[in-house]
Amino acid sequence: MNLLLISLTPFMGAIFAAAISRLGRLHSAWAAVVVALLALLLLLPLIPDVFAGQTLIQRISWIPMFGLDVAFRLDGLALLFALLILGIGILIIVYARYYLSERDDMGRFYAYLLLFMGSMLGIALSENIIQLLIFWELTSLSSFLLISYWQNRQESRSGARMALAVTGAGGLALLGGFLILGDIVGSYDLSVILASGDTIRSDPLYRPMLILVLLGAFTKSAQFPFHFWLPNAMAAPTPVSAYLHSATMVKAGVFLLARLFPALSGTTEWFLLVGMTGLATLVIAAYFALFKHDLKGLLAYSTISHLGLITLLFGIGTPLAAVAGVFHIINHAIFKASLFMAAGIIDHETGTRDMRRLRGLWMYMPYTASLAMVAAASMAGVPLFNGFLSKEMFFSETLFYIEESWGWLLPAAATMAGVFAVAYSLRFIHNVFFNGVPVNLPKTPHEPPRWMKVPIEVLVALCLLVGIFPAVTVEPILAVAANSMLQAPLPEYDLAIWHGFNPAVWMSMIALAGGVTVYFMRAPLLHLQDKLGERLEFKTAYNYFLEKLFHYTTQITHWLNPNSLQRMVFVFIIFILALGASGFFGGVGSLTGPYELLPVDGVSLLVAMVIIIAAIATAYMHQQRFVALILIGAVGLGVALIFIKFSAPDLALTQLSVEVVTIVLLLLALYFLPQQSPTESNKLRQIRDLVVAVAAGCGVGALIWAVLTRPYETIADYFLANSVTGGGGTNVVNVILVDFRGYDTLGEITVLALAGLGIYAMLDHLHLTGTSQDANGRPWDRDMHPVVMASFTRLLLPLALLVAMFILLRGHNLPGGGFIAGLITAVTLVMQYLANGVTWTQSRLPANIHSIIGYGLLIAVVTGLASWLFQYPFLTSTFRHIHWPLIGEFELASAMVFDLGVYLVVVSATLLILINLGLVHSMTLLPKSKKHSRKWKH
Amino acid sequence: MEALISIVLGTLTACGVYLILRFHTFPVVLGLTFLSYAANLFLLVMGRLTIGKPPVITEGVTDYADPLPQALVLTAIVISFAMTAFVIMLSLKAYAAMGNDHVDGKHKL
Repeated sequence: MNLLLISLTPFMGAIFAAAISRLGRLHSAWAAVVVALLALLLLLPLIPDVFAGQTLIQRISWIPMFGLDVAFRLDGLALLFALLILGIGILIIVYARYYLSERDDMGRFYAYLLLFMGSMLGIALSENIIQLLIFWELTSLSSFLLISYWQNRQESRSGARMALAVTGAGGLALLGGFLILGDIVGSYDLSVILASGDTIRSDPLYRPMLILVLLGAFTKSAQFPFHFWLPNAMAAPTPVSAYLHSATMVKAGVFLLARLFPALSGTTEWFLLVGMTGLATLVIAAYFALFKHDLKGLLAYSTISHLGLITLLFGIGTPLAAVAGVFHIINHAIFKASLFMAAGIIDHETGTRDMRRLRGLWMYMPYTASLAMVAAASMAGVPLFNGFLSKEMFFSETLFYIEESWGWLLPAAATMAGVFAVAYSLRFIHNVFFNGVPVNLPKTPHEPPRWMKVPIEVLVALCLLVGIFPAVTVEPILAVAANSMLQAPLPEYDLAIWHGFNPAVWMSMIALAGGVTVYFMRAPLLHLQDKLGERLEFKTAYNYFLEKLFHYTTQITHWLNPNSLQRMVFVFIIFILALGASGFFGGVGSLTGPYELLPVDGVSLLVAMVIIIAAIATAYMHQQRFVALILIGAVGLGVALIFIKFSAPDLALTQLSVEVVTIVLLLLALYFLPQQSPTESNKLRQIRDLVVAVAAGCGVGALIWAVLTRPYETIADYFLANSVTGGGGTNVVNVILVDFRGYDTLGEITVLALAGLGIYAMLDHLHLTGTSQDANGRPWDRDMHPVVMASFTRLLLPLALLVAMFILLRGHNLPGGGFIAGLITAVTLVMQYLANGVTWTQSRLPANIHSIIGYGLLIAVVTGLASWLFQYPFLTSTFRHIHWPLIGEFELASAMVFDLGVYLVVVSATLLILINLGLVHSMTLLPKSKKHSRKWKH
Repeated sequence: MEALISIVLGTLTACGVYLILRFHTFPVVLGLTFLSYAANLFLLVMGRLTIGKPPVITEGVTDYADPLPQALVLTAIVISFAMTAFVIMLSLKAYAAMGNDHVDGKHKL
């Protein structure tokens, strides 16, 4: 038993189908068939167990802390859906192979289709409802991809977006509902939920939970008033419509109703919400279906109507109604898929779907017409076809409340919907295949290729077999599915064609007779409806809503973001100041705490003075950008000294090397920017900023004073105590970085790598010209690479690299490590660029540094993953002391390999940033130096 | 010593805030650099001021500076560098695209 594998097969197959399409466009179709067949083959051996009444559950621990397992469930209902998804899926794959034209990318199509198939299987087979929701969202996403398959068409894109917006919003509601449900029951497992129906129904949160869950189900199943996305999703290729709107996507909603039926049904709320929504959908959509001129539009509304019928059956809530609902799910899937495929053939062969032009196609494609007629008869509920059986069960179930005063409403509305169903089915057949001759068709129709009809033949055969011999064909699977849906013994029912003259038969006959009458009186009705036009459709309301939404959000954005950085920064700082001040004034006790103070020594005072003077000078002289840059360098070095003073040698080393790199970087950038900021004319504003700045400075100073004069507790004792025994290193800072908090470090080097790559991308195609003289009009020195400096840096290179290696290796035990060693290496290499020029250095270094970033990350991740091999959690480190000849005792720790990854990322990201900016330089310099050389020649 | 550190950090913050309120990209980048100095030092001193006790385990020594803020700050310094680099490149790109180095891309004083 491997249910996980069954639902993952299509996902893996999607990649396979996409990849194989490179070898030939048709390969992916066969690949998709093989994948779907494989999933079906994996499923087949489990069928006997399910028929024996077992519920198969497969569980893999996922996040046990939150009670989340990857859990799959196969019972009758899940089996029925899995068979529908895979069975109809295979037929669709075959059909689409002939439907798609030469221009369509088959690999992409089948990859999306398999993705969708896997998501649907996941919904059907999930035991855990959170997991079910994940697959649920995946169907929304993959159906978005499928509906927008013809991306160049505007209607495809907007239809897909609408479907995603509606079903995505429903998915969000469903998540809320599931969380409440899980909270009520205390478990996210269906087995538990289905067994605790009474607890759920008596819970005070039952109503909000029910509404949220139903919102999810109704949006997915296109129930009124959320139905409007479905007709707009008809912009999808017809095989997609045939799949999504017969056996899958929309059926996910009714599947959910069926799945949770034992847990949620049986209350007045359930009856009112589910039943009434279903009733409204059934009648309204049946009415609209008749007036659609688009062949697929008619089918779309009829789909909505039939989903309403199923929803209504579940809403009625009797066991027999539930059985009828499941039965209709099967029948609808079969006849609707074949009708969509027939519509696809007609569209494919005639070039139009407009029923005002499609006439008399019987002459051109009698065989297809015959197939469509059988399916349409089934849709209309004509005896001897499968749709008749479930529809008759439906009619008799609507009589369940006949004793109530409003009881006549249900059968009346059901008969009404039946009338329209017969009428639109008749229109589909009579209007398209008879009723005169075609009007102005783009191409002369003829029968489609053989294999395009085979999928329809299979389904039509099923329509007839189920319709005539229900007891031998559909009875067994219906019984297990309905049984697992109800979680209770089945009621007595009989799937015979003839039950005698009961009310349901009369309703059927009224529907048939009424439908024929309505169809032949359709002209005035159609005329009226055309005049009313799209006003009655929710699409208009949806578009209006979207328009207003965009309008107001834009306004709010404008109000919040006045497109001025200074104003926003100013507001931000004022806000922080106010927050900080409220802390001080509303706070406790005096500013100064009781902690013992350290004495001030002369050197510290001197360094502090230097930092303060340099900082103020930077701010004061910021218009002289070059001077300001040198001054801020002094501040940075001062900060490094503070780190040394307060027992942080690692930080001092890092700060020192970062400072060098930063200043070089800013110098390079300054070359392209104006050398001076213009003088600010608004003195008032300067004073205002000064006041704000001083206030912020005082606030921070006071805050630090208040903190530093108070005692504190630390969790550092743990790290200090376990560093040597657990991490194998005496440098606790480094051990924290590469071992205790290795995961954080991995995240941080990823950020660094991303920043490096982002800058690399930004600098691509950047064209800037720098000046050739300084602020005072003096030209730069022409001797860009003085010989003395060049020679010295070349001599220095091996020494500096040796130091970097030393720092890297000793990092675990003494100040150093990957970050510092990486920065030192980067500084050394950047010096080569500065002293020897880009061309000289570039020719001696590996060409693409950005791939080294990838290797660095890979090393770090693989080191982490390696601990999985030894059954330890991600990034667990290990170490061993080895005695090497000559060198002596040497410690090897897996964390050091991780540190190597850190080192590589730091070196390559830093170099990537600096060198690419340097390259922009050399590009601007190149033409100039050519000019010079030409001058000299003259 | 605590007072001195408070003053230094206050000054760094004040300079940073003043500079990020300027009109042009380069001073704003300098301001961000100041703020990262201040933030890094702030984090470090949250472990209180400890002199001459680096957190490197040595036999016979039991008293160490708090290593945790140090580990936090070490990566913060590197990330600050990445951020500074990113912002300065962004300002170069904006300068190339807009033709001026005003933070809002507008040419006004």
